[in-house]
Amino acid sequence: MSNLNQTMVEKYRNDFLNEVRANVEEGDWVNMCMQCGVCAGSCPLGPYWEHPPQEIFMMIRAGKREEVLTSTSMWMCTSCYNCIARCPRELPITHIMHGLAHYADRLGLAPKEQPTRKFANKFWDNLTKKGRVNELKLGLALYFMNGFMEGIKVAMANQKLGLNMIKTKRMNPMEIIGGHGVKDTSGLHAILKKAREIELAKAEEFKG
Amino acid sequence: MATKEYSFYPGCSSQKGASGSNYQVSVDTMCDVLDIKLNDIPDWNCCSASIGYAGGGELPRLALSARNLALSEQANPDQDVVATCAACWLATRETKERLLDDDSLMNETNEALAAAGLKVEAKQDVRHMVEVLIEDFGYDGLAQHVKKPLEGIKIAGYVGCQTNRPFGIAGESFENPKYLDKLVETMGAEPVENYDKKVSCCGGALAFSEPEKSQALIKDIIESAYDGGAEMIVTPCPVCQMNVEVYQDQINAKYKTKFEMPVVYYSQLMSVAYGKGVQESGLNGQVIRAKKLEDIAGK
Repeated sequence: MSNLNQTMVEKYRNDFLNEVRANVEEGDWVNMCMQCGVCAGSCPLGPYWEHPPQEIFMMIRAGKREEVLTSTSMWMCTSCYNCIARCPRELPITHIMHGLAHYADRLGLAPKEQPTRKFANKFWDNLTKKGRVNELKLGLALYFMNGFMEGIKVAMANQKLGLNMIKTKRMNPMEIIGGHGVKDTSGLHAILKKAREIELAKAEEFKG
Repeated sequence: MATKEYSFYPGCSSQKGASGSNYQVSVDTMCDVLDIKLNDIPDWNCCSASIGYAGGGELPRLALSARNLALSEQANPDQDVVATCAACWLATRETKERLLDDDSLMNETNEALAAAGLKVEAKQDVRHMVEVLIEDFGYDGLAQHVKKPLEGIKIAGYVGCQTNRPFGIAGESFENPKYLDKLVETMGAEPVENYDKKVSCCGGALAFSEPEKSQALIKDIIESAYDGGAEMIVTPCPVCQMNVEVYQDQINAKYKTKFEMPVVYYSQLMSVAYGKGVQESGLNGQVIRAKKLEDIAGK
């Protein structure tokens, strides 16, 4: 068990709803769910959710901490915002799913091999490094996220796609050295570091 | 008419050698005709799109867009912020609304920005380029510049998700927005009536991490366009464009389909209708060439 996870378990013993309210983006909304299931029916990847959003909300209230945080469900969100647009109670469901995924990952409970978890983390690392996405490096990181041999296989399967993008000047092989970025990287990094500190301190203070 | 100026947030995919670089080429051409001046936000950064959430918490993500807004307020204070990418627009507008809605979030964000000597007020309007076209010019205003109507081309207007939800375009419904069809018509082409996949999701960033699930969605989007008699698809979003265009080979191999459906941006339709050439309209950036548009552009 990660240290942070251990701390949170002790702090919120038997009160997962309060833990979510304090630590998850828009978590305050969870108890407003009325269990209609419109979100589940509106989701483009609906069939693949282990537990659709309304079930996740009920499980949070029922204190099923481990089942929720180790679920692959939230990682199925494509950010299409159908659930937000249709929810009769106007819950920001997309944001809550992102928030739950982020929190589960921060605690080290998110399923390690979940492909969107891996890709989303690579995306964040890629964009924060220089302040702008390096699409070539992101693509390569994606191909090789399951190891070298698997990466070669995936890269071969996508060879034509890559060549098409290069041919139409929508991918630049030279991005491997340098590439686009902001000028004030140190300023950007300072902002992100501070934002992270504030967020962690706030979670620490929450009394429920 | 006087030049209209906006504070422009181009976004990562618009850059030279990036996946939406042809979008930017056509936007520049379109803006030139409409006498729009786009003033780049200096040193803008990535908004972290809709997939940054795993690594970035709420505040770090809001801080990214807040930095852009702060830089925009410094450089182009009296102008609306305009984005061409759906994700850029969504993240920036969402940040603005959340900061204005929540004082403590505003204070925390400014505390973070202060680490780089910046401050945000989030007062500027944040708009998508199609809002600028529809609201500041209007369909009639846009029609005035048409030199070569796109006669005889049937086009499916694929609005997708993030220019449509959760904010959408004023006066349009989430479930059946009509603005893209109206733009198609304004340019002299024929929109596909009742294109039932017009607001369906292409998988977004999950096209990378969950290719099979996403390609099943993309297949339906293309199939429905064919069923409606479309010769090409038009979209306002760089992720939609790429996802629907570039995986057609892989979808054909898997589903035994014979898709070869060009997918273009509204700004490319407009550039061609405004009498511009293949390169100025970014049509040389299509993986699946839009031959009917190229024919008109080459005349």
